[in-house]
Amino acid sequence: MKKNSFQLYRRDFLKSCYKALSFAGIFYLSFQPEKLLFSRENSQYDPTKHWYGMGIDIHKCIGCGRCVDACKKENNISREPIYFRTWIERYIVPIEGETYVDSPNGGIDGFPEFKGDIDILKTYFVPKICNQCAKPPCVQVCPVGATFLSQDGVVLVDEKWCIGCRYCIQACPYGARYLHPVKKVADKCTFCYHRIIKGSLPACVEVCPTQTRIFGEVGLQSSPLRRFVRFNDIIVMKQYLNTEPKVYYSGADMEVR
Amino acid sequence: MLDISMTNMIPEFQHITGFIYPNEFELHWGTLIVVYPYITGLVAGAFILASLERVFNVKVLQPVYRLSLLAALAFLLVAPLPLIIHLGRPERAFEMFLTPSTQSAMAMFGFVYAWYLMVVLLLEIWFDYRKEIVIWSKEKKGLSKYLYKILTLGAADISEPSLNFDEKIGRVITIIGIPSAFLLHGYVGFIFGAVKANPWWSSVLMPIVFLFSAMVSGIALVFLIYMVTSMFRWKEMNMGCLNKLAELLLYAMIIDFSLELLDFIHRLYESEESIKILAELIKGRLFISLIVSQIIIGSLAPMITITWARFFKIPDEMRRMVYFVAAILVQIGIFSTRWNVVIGGQLFSKSLRGLTVYKLELLGIEGLLMAAFLLILPLVILYILCKVLPPWVENEGEFQTSEIET
Amino acid sequence: MKNFDWKNIKFNPKIPRQIISLAVIFAIVIGAFIIGRIFFVPHSFGKYGHYRGNALDEIASQKINYAGYQVCTNCHSNIYNSLTKSNHKGVSCETCHGPAAKHTSSPGEYKPIVPREREHCQLCHAFNPSRPTGFPQIIAETHNPGKACMACHEPHNPLVPQVISECSACHRTIVNQKRVSHHASLSCEQCHKVTEKHLTNPKLEKAGKPVERAFCGQCHAKDADSLKEIRRIDLSTHGGRYLCWECHYPHYPEAKR
Repeated sequence: MKKNSFQLYRRDFLKSCYKALSFAGIFYLSFQPEKLLFSRENSQYDPTKHWYGMGIDIHKCIGCGRCVDACKKENNISREPIYFRTWIERYIVPIEGETYVDSPNGGIDGFPEFKGDIDILKTYFVPKICNQCAKPPCVQVCPVGATFLSQDGVVLVDEKWCIGCRYCIQACPYGARYLHPVKKVADKCTFCYHRIIKGSLPACVEVCPTQTRIFGEVGLQSSPLRRFVRFNDIIVMKQYLNTEPKVYYSGADMEVR
Repeated sequence: MLDISMTNMIPEFQHITGFIYPNEFELHWGTLIVVYPYITGLVAGAFILASLERVFNVKVLQPVYRLSLLAALAFLLVAPLPLIIHLGRPERAFEMFLTPSTQSAMAMFGFVYAWYLMVVLLLEIWFDYRKEIVIWSKEKKGLSKYLYKILTLGAADISEPSLNFDEKIGRVITIIGIPSAFLLHGYVGFIFGAVKANPWWSSVLMPIVFLFSAMVSGIALVFLIYMVTSMFRWKEMNMGCLNKLAELLLYAMIIDFSLELLDFIHRLYESEESIKILAELIKGRLFISLIVSQIIIGSLAPMITITWARFFKIPDEMRRMVYFVAAILVQIGIFSTRWNVVIGGQLFSKSLRGLTVYKLELLGIEGLLMAAFLLILPLVILYILCKVLPPWVENEGEFQTSEIET
Repeated sequence: MKNFDWKNIKFNPKIPRQIISLAVIFAIVIGAFIIGRIFFVPHSFGKYGHYRGNALDEIASQKINYAGYQVCTNCHSNIYNSLTKSNHKGVSCETCHGPAAKHTSSPGEYKPIVPREREHCQLCHAFNPSRPTGFPQIIAETHNPGKACMACHEPHNPLVPQVISECSACHRTIVNQKRVSHHASLSCEQCHKVTEKHLTNPKLEKAGKPVERAFCGQCHAKDADSLKEIRRIDLSTHGGRYLCWECHYPHYPEAKR
C-alpha cells in the first residue's frame, strides 16, 4: 500500500532522529572523567570522620612571620604584598587615642621598628587566617558552587570551576580571600588540605616556633585543640555575624577585629 | 589616625590611610560593576514607565510607550556584557546556567535575565508590534520583506479577534512584567544588601533604594531619548507627555531621596561600630561623588528645577530646556549613586580601620573608555531597533486609516 | 518529504497561531537548555554537595613542599634529640631550614638552606616591644655586632655563653621603661625575688611580686625612712585594700595618665 505523505515524512524524520541520538551518545560517552592520580576513595581517608579547626594563642605570637613565609612557599603563592592566605597584624594600643594597626607585607619579614610618638599602653601580634567558618558566607554567595565546605570542615575553592566573579571575596568578613593573579580565580587558605588529609600539619602550624597555632579537630575528645579550648577563654572574630568560625583565639584584646 | 605606609614595595600604598587587610589592596568590583546596575536600572525604569501607559491607562504617555519598550530592550541586550567582561574566567560564564546555587543571588541573574528578556520584554514588543510586522512583511520589498516575515513567526492573522487576543495577552504580559522588572533590578540591590560583611552595603533598604533610583534613571532616560529623537526628526514634542513624565520623575525622585535620607538618618541614629570609618569615607574619599555629584547635582538641583518648571507658569521652550538639563543631571546623579555604592563599599577596610583608593583607568578592561562604550552601544542598538520597528506615533496613525487585506 | 505541504499546515484551530509559534520556540530553547545541561554539567558534581566531587582529589594532590619535622628525624635523629631537650624544642627543623620535602626525596641533590647570617636569628630574637614579655631578645646593633650568632649559640641547643645576669635579656621592654622612670635607681631584685631556677627555666619558676602594701610603704609611707623627694601617701587611707601595683605601674609609676 502506498504510504501517504505524512507517514513518509514521519519515517524520514525518525531516521534522522536516530542518527542524531547515536551521535550524541558517542559524543557523551567520549567525555568520561579521567582517573585521577590521587583518589581519596582509594586512600581510606574518610572525610566524615574529621572536623578541622585551629586555635591561636595571641599571648605566644612573637611576630616572626615564619608562618606567612612558609604558607607562601608551601602553596606557591606570589610574593607580592597583596596576596596572603595568612598574615600577622601588629596592634599598638596607646594610652589615649586610636589604636595603630599595621601588617607590612603581611609580616613576612618581621616588623620594622615603630617610629610613632605615642605613649604605648600595650602592643601585641595577632595572626590572621581564613576562619574556615562552619556557616561560611562565601559559600553562600558563590553562584556556581565553585567554593564549598568539605565534609571535614575545610572551605575549599575548585579552581577549575570558579568563574572569577569575586562575590565570595566581597562576602568574606575577614579579608581572607583574594583573586589569584595568574589563574584569575578566587583563592584562600585551605588549611593545607593536601597535607592534613595525609596526617601532616598545615605549613603555618609546622613552622611556628612558639606553638602559637594549634591545629586539630574540634570534636576529638583528646587533642591539643580540645585542651586549648577547655583551658582558655576563647573568642572568635566577628562573632556577631554568626559565621561560626573554627579558628579560636585566646588572649584577644577588644581592639582585635 | 596615624598615617604610616604599609610597605614601599608598591607606590600605591602611600594612598592608604590607616590599616586595611593585606588582601584588600586590590579592589575587585570596578567600573564595569558600576555600569551594570546602572544599565539594568534604566531597563527596569523604562519598562515600568511603559507599563504605566498599558496597565494603568495613562494615555498621555502614549507617544513614549513604544519608545520606552525599545529603549528597555536596547539596554537589556547590553546588560550582560559588563558582567561577562569583568569575570576572571569569562569562558566559564555559562556555568551559572549549569550549576546555579540556589543560595546565591548572583546565580539568579541568568534565569531572571532570560525570563525578563524572553517572556516579558520580547513578547510584549512582539505582541504590540505584530500587526505592523505583518503589514510590513506584505508591503516592504527586498531583504526587509524577509526580515519581517521571520519576525511574524508565522502568525500572519491580523483579523479583529486575533488583534483582540494580542491586546489581552499584552496586558497579561505587562502585568507579569511589572514584578519581573522589579525582580530584575531588585535582585541587584539584594546582591549588595545581603552581604553582611560590608556595613555600607548590608541594609534592608538596599533593594528598595536600587529600585527607586532605577525608576528615576529610567524615566529620565525616556525623557532624554524622546526629546533627542524628536529634535533629530524635526517633530514637535508632545507637551502633555513631557509634563507627565516630569511629574512622574519628580515623584520618583522625592521617594528615592526620602529613602536615601532615611538610610542616612538611621545610620547616624544607631551609630553602630562602622559609623566612624563610614563618616570618614563620606567626608573624604566620597565627598565629591556623594555630596556634590549624587546629592546636590543629581538630586536637589533636578528636583528643584523640575518643580519650578512643571508647576510654575513659564513658556514651553524654557520648560523643555529645563527638563532636558534636569534629565541629564539625574543621569549623572544616578550613575554617581551606583558608583558610591559599588566603589564606596570597597574603599574602606573590613577592619573598619582604614581607607584605600580606587585607581580609575582610562584604557583597559575596567577603564572609562570601556564604560563609555558600554553606555553608547545601547544607543546604537536603539537606533537600529527604531529603524526596524519604528515607534513613532505618526506611523501608528497611518495604519488605523488604511485598508489591509489579510 | 517532497509531497508534504509546508505552507498550509493547519494546527489546532482553537489555539491562536501566535501561541503555537511561541510555544514551539520556547520548547526548542528549553529543550536545548536541558540537553546542554546533560552534556556540560560535570560528572562528579553533586556527589558530596553542591560542588564538583573531583575537586577534592585535585586539591589533595597538590605537591607538598614542607616535609614536617618528623621526617627529618629519620636521618638526623641525633640533632633532633638534642633539639627536643633544648630551648628550641618548639622550633621545627623547617622553621629555619626552609621547605625540605625535595631534600627528603633526593637528599644528595637538594640541600635545605642553612641560615648562618645574623638577620635570620633576628627574625625572632631582635628586640621588638610587641613580642610577649619573657621572650629572649637582644638589641642587634649592640649585641656583639658583626659576629655570627652561631659563634656563641648552638642553634640546635641554644644556651647562652654565661648564665643570664641581666633581666633585660627577656624583659627589655620593662627595663627600658624603668630606666626613664623615677624607679630607675631600683634594681629588679629589690622588688622581685629571682631564684637560680628562674634564670635557667623561667616558665617553671616565676619571679615573685611584693605581696603587701607595706612593701612599697618602705619608701612611700608617710613615716618611711627614705629620700625627701619620694612622694608620700597615707597607707591607711590611700587605695583601700588594693595592693599598690594593682593600680600603679611600678616600672613607670609617674606615667601621665
